[in-house]
Amino acid sequence: MLIITCPWCGPREQTEFAYGGEAHIVRPKDPDALTDEQWGDYVFMRKNPRGRHLEQWAHAFGCRRWFNVERDTVTYAIKSVYKPGEPAPEEAK
Amino acid sequence: MSRYSIFTLARNALSHHENWDQAWRSPEPRREYDVVIVGGGGHGLATAYYLAKEHGITNVAVLEKGWIGGGNTGRNTTIVRSNYLWDEATHLYEKAMKLWEGLAQDLNYNVMFSQRGVMNLGHSLQDMRDIERRVNANRLNGVDGVVLTARQVKEMVPIINDAPHARYPILGASFQPRGGVARHDAVAWGFARAADARGVDIIQNCEVTGIRRDGGRVMGVDTTRGAIKAKKVAVVAAGNTSVLAAMAGLRFPIESHPLQALVSEPIKPVLHTVVMSNAVHGYISQSDKGDLVIGAGIDSYLGYGQRGSFSIIEGTLAAIVELFPCFSRVRMNRQWGGIVDVAPDACPIISLTPVKGLYFNCGWGTGGFKATPGSGWVFAHTIANDAPHELNAAFSLERFYTGHLIDEHGAAAVAH
Repeated sequence: MLIITCPWCGPREQTEFAYGGEAHIVRPKDPDALTDEQWGDYVFMRKNPRGRHLEQWAHAFGCRRWFNVERDTVTYAIKSVYKPGEPAPEEAK
Repeated sequence: MSRYSIFTLARNALSHHENWDQAWRSPEPRREYDVVIVGGGGHGLATAYYLAKEHGITNVAVLEKGWIGGGNTGRNTTIVRSNYLWDEATHLYEKAMKLWEGLAQDLNYNVMFSQRGVMNLGHSLQDMRDIERRVNANRLNGVDGVVLTARQVKEMVPIINDAPHARYPILGASFQPRGGVARHDAVAWGFARAADARGVDIIQNCEVTGIRRDGGRVMGVDTTRGAIKAKKVAVVAAGNTSVLAAMAGLRFPIESHPLQALVSEPIKPVLHTVVMSNAVHGYISQSDKGDLVIGAGIDSYLGYGQRGSFSIIEGTLAAIVELFPCFSRVRMNRQWGGIVDVAPDACPIISLTPVKGLYFNCGWGTGGFKATPGSGWVFAHTIANDAPHELNAAFSLERFYTGHLIDEHGAAAVAH
């Protein structure tokens, strides 16, 4: 089980959290102006990387707030945690 | 290659089974093929077999990064059924079911296909309404299915906990008599042997590291065993679809998640059918060897690590023990994870791509094993004709742009 550090509550077990998918997907400002391809890309297409992933989690059984996690999808190791609105961390060299 | 029969069995018994032919060759990869199939799982091997058998295309290589039967083909819970809800999905899975029914003879390989039936339990009024709707839809599509009452469920599976005060009371079930199980690695071995016999090169320990393109057309692949030119490249590598798609500059609506399963120590025959419960998330059958084969759920987060969370197993076993109290002291022998490609509508993508000559077959999510022969059959048609068969035309990548999704979350036994 992952131990996830909520930016507000500190380290807690993964079962307290809900996964929210890829982070930093911005809803288009004017959906009506998009082509079907652009809309489908926004709604469905995902990076799904093997390795470093920036993703959203919610502390569902805690403070109920959303935040972002930088995690490796192969080792499952969590590299960093940051609040919504904060910039994505630089990729470690 | 000699055919397997009672006579070859007897003849080899005389030499203590030490002189059997190898089931397939292990050739060095050639420099060029008509078709390169990336991924030597059941679906990839079936694709190669049907390319050779149905379309006469035998200059084919199957590239497998590990070994045959070592990926998801050897990690699933071996269940076969075709009782999906929507027409498109039902026809696709029923095509596979029809191929299963003659597969052992066709491949000359005992895949131990056992049509012991598959039961999906209903625990609430809404479950039962959904079950009735699905069984009716199945029957209209010519797929067998019946709705069982709680009493009929108890008669068929006497060890089930049917107490009215149970945490998950059983109100009834759907039952597909033609459903059942098959020996999963035998399916991979059988397809590998039969494809090899028709001239297909099966190359293990050969990982694809790049997909070569020129002007929007596929030219071949780079591998850990050198570059291989190909007129057509067909990717069917569940778990790593997005990784391979990225090599060709493509994006897919796929997320890879860990899915777990476990088996118990062998016990005497006690469960002669497959019991699944969508609502409480457990499914269980007993193998011919006697071990209970139990499927757990997927982890919600992305993962490529072929292992999952203990909390998932805990939840599944709590449900199994509630349904079958007599299993509470059975010891579990092994537990493992595989990586499944989940599509947004719980249906596969069997499709051409914007790159000419490059085809993808993916997104089978938690239930690809049951479709193995059908998946290979339609994918072979798609590759050979550079156009989908009518059975898989609806399963193209375009559906995520047109909005024509085929929502099978209800019929996929593992919640996505």
